[in-house]
Amino acid sequence: MRRLALTLGVILTGIAVAAALLSWFWTPYGVTGVNIAGKLQPPGPQHWLGTDHFGRDLISMVMVGARTSIAVALVAVGIGVAAGVPLGLVAAAGRGGWVDDVIMRGNDLIFAFPSLVIAILITAALGPSAVNAILAIGIFNIPVFARVTRAAALPLWTLDYVRAAQVAGKGRARISVEHILPNVASLLIVQGTIQFSLGILAEAGLSYVGLGAQPPTPSWGRMLAEAQTMVTIAPHVAIVPGLAIVLTVLGLNLMGDALRDALDPRLRARVT
Amino acid sequence: MISVRDLSVTIQGRPVLADVDLDLTPGRITGLVGESGSGKSMTALAIIGLLPEGAVARGRVDLDGQNLLDLPERALNDLRGRRIGMIFQEPMTALNPLMNIGDQVAEVLVQHHGMDRAAALAVARARLDRVGLPAPRFPLSLFPHELSGGQRQRVAIAMAIADAPDLLIADEPTTALDVTTQAQILDLLRELVGTEGMALLLITHDLAVIAGVADRVAVMQSGRVVEQGATEPLFRTQAHPYTRALFAAARHQPERVSVPADDTPILQVEGAVREYLLPRPSMFAPYPVLRAVDGVSLTVADGESVGLVGESGCGKSTLTRAVLGLEPLQAGRILLDGEPVTAAMSRYLRAKVQVVFQDPYGSFDPRWRVDRLVAEPFHLTGRPRDWRDRVAAALDEVGIPPDAMSRHIHQFSGGQRQRIAIARALIIRPRLVILDEAVSALDVQVRAQVLDLLARLRASHGLAWLFISHDLSVVRAITDRVLVMEKGRIVEEGATEAILTAPRHPYTQRLVAATPQIPADWVPLSRPGPLQDAAPPLSR
Repeated sequence: MRRLALTLGVILTGIAVAAALLSWFWTPYGVTGVNIAGKLQPPGPQHWLGTDHFGRDLISMVMVGARTSIAVALVAVGIGVAAGVPLGLVAAAGRGGWVDDVIMRGNDLIFAFPSLVIAILITAALGPSAVNAILAIGIFNIPVFARVTRAAALPLWTLDYVRAAQVAGKGRARISVEHILPNVASLLIVQGTIQFSLGILAEAGLSYVGLGAQPPTPSWGRMLAEAQTMVTIAPHVAIVPGLAIVLTVLGLNLMGDALRDALDPRLRARVT
Repeated sequence: MISVRDLSVTIQGRPVLADVDLDLTPGRITGLVGESGSGKSMTALAIIGLLPEGAVARGRVDLDGQNLLDLPERALNDLRGRRIGMIFQEPMTALNPLMNIGDQVAEVLVQHHGMDRAAALAVARARLDRVGLPAPRFPLSLFPHELSGGQRQRVAIAMAIADAPDLLIADEPTTALDVTTQAQILDLLRELVGTEGMALLLITHDLAVIAGVADRVAVMQSGRVVEQGATEPLFRTQAHPYTRALFAAARHQPERVSVPADDTPILQVEGAVREYLLPRPSMFAPYPVLRAVDGVSLTVADGESVGLVGESGCGKSTLTRAVLGLEPLQAGRILLDGEPVTAAMSRYLRAKVQVVFQDPYGSFDPRWRVDRLVAEPFHLTGRPRDWRDRVAAALDEVGIPPDAMSRHIHQFSGGQRQRIAIARALIIRPRLVILDEAVSALDVQVRAQVLDLLARLRASHGLAWLFISHDLSVVRAITDRVLVMEKGRIVEEGATEAILTAPRHPYTQRLVAATPQIPADWVPLSRPGPLQDAAPPLSR
């Protein structure tokens, strides 16, 4: 069962990543050319998934869209991990002290704002673009990772092996890196894949309202937005990007779950 | 009456029990002893039908002429709790933290008899009264976290006997408890067996506990019952060599060594006070203060072996952490080899003290391999070029093969982990080692081996140790001087033999009285086999 989940997750994620990478070099058709005569074609031998209202090939659109979604989500998670994990480790190392308080109250402050609304505010203020979408999504990933890291690190600080490291003369920073981080890593990977899939959803949401990647860069969210008026006459135009989002998110979640087990030496024996 | 005949269990083809025969008679206590991995718990699980996945049981477990091994899971569910009850070692985890104690005890009755909740709670009340948790002080609405370890174990017993089962299985029921609590729980079990007419299967590694309460005893070794019979004659004769080896190991005393001391004692604690602020009861009330360590003074001379005895919550562990520089003091001071202990003490000073913690499961980073774990204290001294050889040598000293170095800690048993912890503490040759209940979790034979190692190091390196324990028999075997701690204070101190033979303070007297002992006149008729059966010779 677990192997099935892992295989399925890896396959789904692999397809999305492979499509994104491949789109740099090759797509079946161009995504900038307009072919009004061939618009809204149903799936067929020429265009396997059909064409949209400008006659653009949907496979090509989805491939380039994957690039946008994955890049935005990946960098956004990167921002969250790069800033949030050190903050969480520092907060846990200084638990109960003023550093901990400052970090955690700062987190609460960011958490207090509804994330997508603020993301809309940021992109509206800075101008809609993929970079600003990355920033907006990334900032809200920071407190998530800070909290998860701190919450997972706190019980570790009371364990005897951390005491043993203290008795071996190691300081808080060193213990955080050598003992705490590796032991919270599996949780962070799971959280990372969840945030990654949430990032893809957020990017789709922002582009859906026109605040993500700008035309002509294809994006799953905007493809959905543009297809919705034609959903009765050409449902496949909406279904294709919708399925792309669902399957990528599903694949990421399945993979994250399986990865956690594979990375834990206590569970490793059971995975194979 | 439950009788077990030719019980064999294999787990994925590997035999774990072979031809076990046991008769569990109503109103009698049958003890099951043996080292860990000998199949004691597996026998219990086979009887109650809770064998792990992949296990196959053959033979007979007869209750009323019915072979329990043939029964389907549904029928077994009905028997468990109603005819057979079970108590586990760890009272912390045996209870559901989200259910109050009344509901937990009543659950069995609701489950098996469809009793309505009010009626079941009435019975639960009676059962809790029966196990010594009377009504006004212990209402049914209490939650497990509001009780002490011993009280929780009483609730677990009330659950197990709620439906007056024919057989009660107790798997190391007192191992996690203090000696005085242990004595109370054993008294309770003995009394329940007498008045309720249950059969009790008492599983333990502690021969003294068996000697005190069991009518019959079965000795297990690698999945077989090697000897069984009435307790006293069996303990007196010790017919089987394995039984003899167990006894020899339990009574084993390492060689006494004396070490010349210099002027500065390795450890001086002067008037140490450690207080904690507790959560305040109301918004503007002052914070209540808990004095965990209350003006403790003690000295450990070079190469001396000192015991620190007391029950859980007496402040032993806080004092340990303070000596290691992990806890600040509110008053007093701690000197290590004449220099003050602080959180920021130099590596050179810190390298003079190491520690072995109580819990062999929490003492190691699960992600590190054993070689790196054992080498961690080299951080204090600088890692020598031949550190891998040093680690191998340190592991060899505690009887762990060198191929262990590349493995993760979860591949080792509790006893093996404890030995690895000792190897880690000794690798930089500290002057003082603090052993916090470090041998309580070990089987008697391994314990004997570890104690010999410590004695040897004491002779060769002038190692001093502070041995913290609630197990007076071990303290007696390996320490020269003992300190008795109660509620944060040292209430009595002196030469170990003198204090444990003739305790003066009432608290010490209580502790000594509660410690189970094999009666001194139960000496085997034939002399026990040579010590080499259990432990390697001392000369090296």
